[in-house]
Amino acid sequence: MRVQLSGVHVEIGGVSGVDLDVEPGELVGLIGPNGSGKSTLLRTLYRARRPDAGTVRVDDDDVWRALSARRSAQRTAVVAQHSADGFDFTAAELVATGRTPHRSTPAADREIIARALARVGMHDRADRRYVTLSGGERQRVLLARALAQQGEVLVLDEPTNHLDIAAQLELLELVRELKITTLAALHDLNLATAYCDRLYVLSAGRVVAHGPPIDVLTPALLAEVFGVRAHLGVNPLTGRPNLTFAPRQEIRELQ
Amino acid sequence: MRSPHLISGRRYPLLAALLLAAVPVLLVAAVTYGAVDLPAADVWRVITAHLTTGRPPADVSGIDNEIIWNSRAPRTVLALIAGAGLAVAGAVLQTVVRNPLADPYVLGITSGASLAAVAVITLGSVAGLGVSGAAFAGACATLALVLALGSRRGALTPTRLVLAGVALSYLLQGATSYLQLRAQPDQLAGILFWLLGSVAGARWSDLTAPAVIVVACTGWLLSQARRLNALLLGDETAAALGIPVHRFRLVLLAVAALLTAAVIAVAGGIAFVGLIVPHAVRLLVGPDHRRTLPLIAMTGGLFLVAADLAARTLSPPLELPLGILTATLGTPFFLWLLRRETAVA
Repeated sequence: MRVQLSGVHVEIGGVSGVDLDVEPGELVGLIGPNGSGKSTLLRTLYRARRPDAGTVRVDDDDVWRALSARRSAQRTAVVAQHSADGFDFTAAELVATGRTPHRSTPAADREIIARALARVGMHDRADRRYVTLSGGERQRVLLARALAQQGEVLVLDEPTNHLDIAAQLELLELVRELKITTLAALHDLNLATAYCDRLYVLSAGRVVAHGPPIDVLTPALLAEVFGVRAHLGVNPLTGRPNLTFAPRQEIRELQ
Repeated sequence: MRSPHLISGRRYPLLAALLLAAVPVLLVAAVTYGAVDLPAADVWRVITAHLTTGRPPADVSGIDNEIIWNSRAPRTVLALIAGAGLAVAGAVLQTVVRNPLADPYVLGITSGASLAAVAVITLGSVAGLGVSGAAFAGACATLALVLALGSRRGALTPTRLVLAGVALSYLLQGATSYLQLRAQPDQLAGILFWLLGSVAGARWSDLTAPAVIVVACTGWLLSQARRLNALLLGDETAAALGIPVHRFRLVLLAVAALLTAAVIAVAGGIAFVGLIVPHAVRLLVGPDHRRTLPLIAMTGGLFLVAADLAARTLSPPLELPLGILTATLGTPFFLWLLRRETAVA
């Protein structure tokens, strides 16, 4: 399914006139400093924040005007940043909440839930309490819930936050293999470079650049948007482009 | 691997069946014992005769029939309804404000109901409303006020709701205390009984409205169990799962308030049932509302029937207000829960 955002404007949350497309099967990264409007923009796509202007379309249907909340949830699933963990769900029970927008038999639900857990490699921990899982395992359970939702569009809001490096790589490998149309807000620019087909750079609520990672993440753009000096090299292990950073000149002089 | 919940799989239907079977047993026991103990066989005959023929049986004395059918039976059934309603309302509110310390009174509606009830007791009827009617109206008015104070730009946030409810509660309790100070000595016992909750003096005619409301609301909530689960996971996730979060939360608040108001209008402010019963059930079967709600309704009802039986039999002829018993049983449980929460965190 194709995702098309055009002229999306959110007053509180600071998103002004964003145009963005994700082609079917594409993994598109959304990057930008804190407060640049990444999460707010994603919310307009998974129907948690109505845009004040502009349209959000999934597969040519306007998410806010043509689709009900339930119909939209059947198409678009999300792994959000914060998930309340105060209540004592097991991994399988948490994945089961992904079936909320669907009406299917309990037997069918159970099979879908089991398959989703197996897909993320968590089938042997289905009956573990969610709060006892590691950070990486929790994110995989949340991804399994998104899979159980059977959406054809996946939204990830900084899914690798607070994960150790192995778990970060595993999670993104997993997302990559799913080959679902995906829009992901990412903090780590090297992860974004390594896994995304295209990137959109958000700064103060506007798209300032978009395209293949290698074309977008120029030292000039990184200096302007993130306020850092950057060098684009090659990761000796993977042969992929690799960014290294240093504080801006004047900051170093101050020290 | 086995589920970490204490009761799972095939043991869940067994637990549900046990609780269901306990309902008629405890009801008959509660009608049998009291200031005067009656033969259980007579109790059974009176109840079945009334249920099948609508008339008292010929072979039981008039006074026994009166005690069984017109005094103990309605108050026991009211205890069942009230316990179920308060427990379900508490469970829903804990989910809606996503706070394990929430109970039916966190939104201040009991304080509103209490003030209105005490006002009628001390100052006399207002606009033709009796104590029950005034309590119901007070609860509704308070809910409207809390919703107005707790919303911001049309959206209800859990924290604002709780803070608005708690703040308003203090104000209303202050007003209630003032009325108590000005009350005549002969009115004080009635006020105290109302504030602490009691099912004494229940009549069959009082039961229809709360019974219909409790059954209808619990049934509807059960149909929303999956959406309630989703709401537990946060507003963002719930929205992504296709739930119109703000509207759903508003409806749930209204339903929980209706349940609470319907119960306290006839039974007064019975504390702790709505707090501890949902927690006790979750400890056993986990947080899934499809499993918890039916058990919470049954356990709440059974708990209050048992509490009322204790209230009548512990120190006869004195009858204790229900709130004293539920608090005595509830506080140790609550402190234990607090210790456990701290240990987990």
